[in-house]
Amino acid sequence: MSSATTDTVKPSPEILKKVKPAKLDEVPLVLNKRSLHWITDKICGIVEAKTPAWWWWCFIFALSIASFTGMGLLVLVSSGVGEWGNNNPVNWGWAIVNFVFWIGIGHAGTLISAILCLLKQKWRTSINRGSEAMTVFAVMCAGIFPLFHVGRVWFAWWLFPIPNANNIWPQFKSPLEWDVFAVSTYFTVSVLFWYMGMIPDLAVLRDRAQKMWRKYFYGFLSMGWNNSNTHWRNFEMAYLLLAGLSTPLVLSVHTIVSFDFAIANLPGWHTTIFPPYFVAGAIFSGFGMVMTLLLPVRAVFGLHDLINQKHIDNMCKITLATGSLVGYAYAMEFFIAWYGANSYEGFAFINRAFGNYWWAYWIMVSCNVICPQLFWFKAIRENTPLVWVISIFVNIGMWFERFVIANTTLSRDFLPSSWGYYSPTVVDIFTFFGTFGFFSVLFLLFLRFLPLMPLAEVKSVTPMADPHAGKH
Amino acid sequence: MANKGIKYGLAAVFNTASEIYTAAAKVRDAGYTSWECYTPMPVHGLDAQMYGLDDKGFPIRSKVPRFTLTGGVTGFFTGMFIVWYMNAYDYPLIAGGKPFFSPIFPFPVFYELTILFAAFGTLFGMFFLNRLPRHNHPVFEHPKFGRTGDDKFMIVVEVEDPKFDDDETADFLKEIGGKSVSLIREPEEF
Repeated sequence: MSSATTDTVKPSPEILKKVKPAKLDEVPLVLNKRSLHWITDKICGIVEAKTPAWWWWCFIFALSIASFTGMGLLVLVSSGVGEWGNNNPVNWGWAIVNFVFWIGIGHAGTLISAILCLLKQKWRTSINRGSEAMTVFAVMCAGIFPLFHVGRVWFAWWLFPIPNANNIWPQFKSPLEWDVFAVSTYFTVSVLFWYMGMIPDLAVLRDRAQKMWRKYFYGFLSMGWNNSNTHWRNFEMAYLLLAGLSTPLVLSVHTIVSFDFAIANLPGWHTTIFPPYFVAGAIFSGFGMVMTLLLPVRAVFGLHDLINQKHIDNMCKITLATGSLVGYAYAMEFFIAWYGANSYEGFAFINRAFGNYWWAYWIMVSCNVICPQLFWFKAIRENTPLVWVISIFVNIGMWFERFVIANTTLSRDFLPSSWGYYSPTVVDIFTFFGTFGFFSVLFLLFLRFLPLMPLAEVKSVTPMADPHAGKH
Repeated sequence: MANKGIKYGLAAVFNTASEIYTAAAKVRDAGYTSWECYTPMPVHGLDAQMYGLDDKGFPIRSKVPRFTLTGGVTGFFTGMFIVWYMNAYDYPLIAGGKPFFSPIFPFPVFYELTILFAAFGTLFGMFFLNRLPRHNHPVFEHPKFGRTGDDKFMIVVEVEDPKFDDDETADFLKEIGGKSVSLIREPEEF
């Protein structure tokens, strides 16, 4: 029993003395040897300080942008889905493009919080809360589009297996129904994961609270967390399990989203590469959005010690890797279209690159394949404003990817007599544009009221958390 | 601290993770059973220091996985049941020339519900095992309790412990390096 108390430090293997391994400079995850108290003060300070003026300006601005979605949806609901540009032959216009775009963005948050947690990537700690918030808000934006595309939004609950007056149940053979389950599960589990990770930090805010409303607000949310070892033990296990559950979940969600296309017998859609290709694209776009959001946050709140160059480097490298995967998938689609010797499939791909939507295809290729290749260079990764600009291009490129996939195939189907050209209407544009405002409103509220970083996790990667005080 | 109220336990504050790590083993070796460590972050290895290792040489393990497994299994069969009941039994639907029920095509539904129920099982299992929500706790009465979420570490030996003795335990806690050893009292009434 007492074996746990005595620490046996293993002697280093003989071979190490012979080969003299190179000592790598390890950049600490928290710079400037910040103390535990500094970390608490820094993160809680963001929430506790007086609301800055810029926050109000951004909030009002974001709200006014969000109102565009409100206007778009008001017109849509009062007159019908015909207000959108969707029509024969393109019955899935911006609605599906925007849906897949926003869902994809969410994926990086889950990747950071779940997959990187399982892989013991400690650098994730300071960016995971913000990215998880991004996931939750992005899925909310995504949900708007299919919800309103059903036409009579007040019947959207028919999507769920709830008894209704028609006595008809959902049809489980349809990938669209699988999507209902995938996306609603994804949203719910993301919220649970996000919230559970926040409980200890909410307790810290509760204990520091001076004002009565804060005591009640954070007290209620933190559920009476008391920092005890028993709490931490169960918490850590639950966290690990939720990470383990979210990993297959995040991979399945975009796989199922890709089934919306891949199950259909249409050239350009009916391919087995879709699931991995969609997942890689989702993570790519999500990292783009994480950088778009967190780089300004880091600058505004002076979080350079917590989100340092190492974090940015790693995010850039993941963007580079997934961007290259996406580029590989584009090339492989073309190869298989030729190698498969199916004339419809061949036409679909020639048409993608050189047909009626050639401009969208080349925007996609330049943003998704060429742009991230810049991250090979250290000088570019260290130029934060440039990284931010590239991250925006990644977002743009990934939106166009979905546009290209959905529209090139539908606008040129098997019968030339039914060919058409899709353009969005003002209502389409308003609805989509407004979602950026809606997303920003939610993100600003998150910055203002919830802890931006998981305090305990950030503290865990500092030397102070090591019970052996570096004697290992 | 007021001298009124029911005694809950003796608290000792520690400044670093390594201090509480070594102190925890001493508390355990001294034979205390009702006591707890409060730390701003999970301190790795503290479980083994507090409770020792089991017969197979592993530290104490959380029971959350049992709830997760129960949730997952429930979710999987719930998914299977709703698809069978809705599309094959209650209202058989012909679509795409596929059978009314099969474990293959609606697999995404089973899969997602497995994860959904397992996630709920995990969260509520954690709540249940941690006895949450519990919005008040005697340790909250300690004036420095807030610091245990910040940068301080604390050991609290409860009055319930058969070995507990006001003076002896206080001396012991000081001896193992505890600072500002003080008594926590629950308020008698609100």
